[in-house]
Amino acid sequence: MKGTTLSVGYIALTDAAPLIVAQEMGFAAEEGLELDLIKAPSWSSLRDMLVFGRVEAAHMLSPVPVASAMGLGGTGAPLSAVSVLNVNGNVIGVSNDLAQRLRDVGHSFDFTDARAAGQALIRAKNPDAPLRIGVPFPFSMHAELLYYWLSAVGLPAPQGVLIRTVPPPLMADAIAAGEIDAFCVGEPWGSITVENNAGELLLPGSAIWKFAPEKVLAVRTDWAEREEALMGRLIRSLWRAGRWLADPASKSLAAEMLSATNYLNLPAEVLDRALSGRLIISPRGELRDVPGFIGFHKGCATFPWRSQAEWIALQLAMRTGLDRDAALRAGRAAFRSDLHRAALQGSEADLPGASMKIEGAISAETSIASEGGRLSLLPDTFFDGRVFEPSGN
Amino acid sequence: MADKLSIIIVEPDRDRALLLVDSLRNAGDYDIHVISEITGLARSIRSHNPDMVLVDVANPSRDMLEELTLASGPLDRPVAIFVDQSDDGLARTAIEAGVSAYVVAGLKPERVKPIMDAAVARFNMFQRMRTELVATKKALEERKVIDRAKGLLMKARGVGEDEAYALLRRAAMDQNRRVAEVAQALVSTAGLLG
Repeated sequence: MKGTTLSVGYIALTDAAPLIVAQEMGFAAEEGLELDLIKAPSWSSLRDMLVFGRVEAAHMLSPVPVASAMGLGGTGAPLSAVSVLNVNGNVIGVSNDLAQRLRDVGHSFDFTDARAAGQALIRAKNPDAPLRIGVPFPFSMHAELLYYWLSAVGLPAPQGVLIRTVPPPLMADAIAAGEIDAFCVGEPWGSITVENNAGELLLPGSAIWKFAPEKVLAVRTDWAEREEALMGRLIRSLWRAGRWLADPASKSLAAEMLSATNYLNLPAEVLDRALSGRLIISPRGELRDVPGFIGFHKGCATFPWRSQAEWIALQLAMRTGLDRDAALRAGRAAFRSDLHRAALQGSEADLPGASMKIEGAISAETSIASEGGRLSLLPDTFFDGRVFEPSGN
Repeated sequence: MADKLSIIIVEPDRDRALLLVDSLRNAGDYDIHVISEITGLARSIRSHNPDMVLVDVANPSRDMLEELTLASGPLDRPVAIFVDQSDDGLARTAIEAGVSAYVVAGLKPERVKPIMDAAVARFNMFQRMRTELVATKKALEERKVIDRAKGLLMKARGVGEDEAYALLRRAAMDQNRRVAEVAQALVSTAGLLG
């Protein structure tokens, strides 16, 4: 069968894995698809490539479709998130200088306790200047996790914290040059900072929110509605790529695949750290095991919960002063649990019956009602124990 | 608003920046600044308060400019991203040429158009130059590899240069690959034979 070619844009990050695996391991071919994977130089250019039809689908920061729907950051065609590509996968790192000051105030770098790390940061930071933290994009889970975490421990922006945009490949240079004191970035750029002796890792993103939708598969809403069958094939092949990635036996092959010169062009050993959840947090080689550091499949990871979109929309609305109800409405419409469910109907995937959940309420693996009746969800708590009640509809 | 439009060009390469400035000057009377330093990009743009910012799509620092769309709250944001979509195909042409533009919200399309036209024409030329450069470099590399492969064959088989090349070409045809690829395979594995 002659395959249909789809152009899909991505950014050089470990969590582009489902797209690369779908193409390289034949999951796309099984659905009669050939993926023309196009590496984009920046998130804004990838978003524009998608909006103006240069690519049909894109690896995208989960808040981008939500922000676009709220009228933030760029005009153009409405975007839809039709699958979550991965949950979690970010790290927070600090400069060598700040790491030393954190040790001086007695922080243990346990790499799990977000509250302790946040309080240590407050004691260690220069009291007269805001902490400067780099994130890859203004509309990113990185920024949302930082704002949430730091304001909850008593370091609100903009008085105590300045959040700045630094493209991921430049993060290690920016921290080495002293332009920022800390960062939150997607792997492998945290590990590369450690490799370059430019800084140390303080926390995984999952220490703040245990089940944060990180990247999504974004498409133009008009395309999604016009090409539902074609898009369904893409969603199914990515779901199977995610299941393959979740198998521990796949990790080293996946790291090799991603490291190829035509994809990430970075050492496989460094890519493997995030995939296996074994991170080296300092240039002295200290190792931390992080179960669930990045998730591609388990706990229904690919399902775009409308409640996740509402949480993102509410954070953006609070920060920018936009109307909350309008933001919630626009946000939840951008996460298409309906299209995701329709695409996987009749496949081997088992999906939840609901499209909303209370975010932060699951503290241990929990079975839920599903079509096949054998689905369980993973913990999704916030570090401070708060829960987010979706608005409904 | 009859004032001169102020334009910022973000371009680390000085020669390219100068070419772009020349093109814009020919298109109209503008107040043009070039920023080549990536550090503190968003801040230095904010301090210039331009009507328009032009940046290469291939420049990863472009993401830093997205902060400007949030600068002082979304309700009175000073900078709107990209060219208005209502303007027929202008944004699309710009993307294909590799230029992104940020303009002050409310700036009239007819004032933006001549600038974009000049920038797009110049960027199309840059792109042609880039493609040609890449092609030339590749051709040079390939010739070097083919020469080395020919040398290996001449030594191993005791043949002349022409015959060595004929061997490579025949192998390429049999395997349905390019001569340069076959040569590369030969060179990269020949080391193993000692």
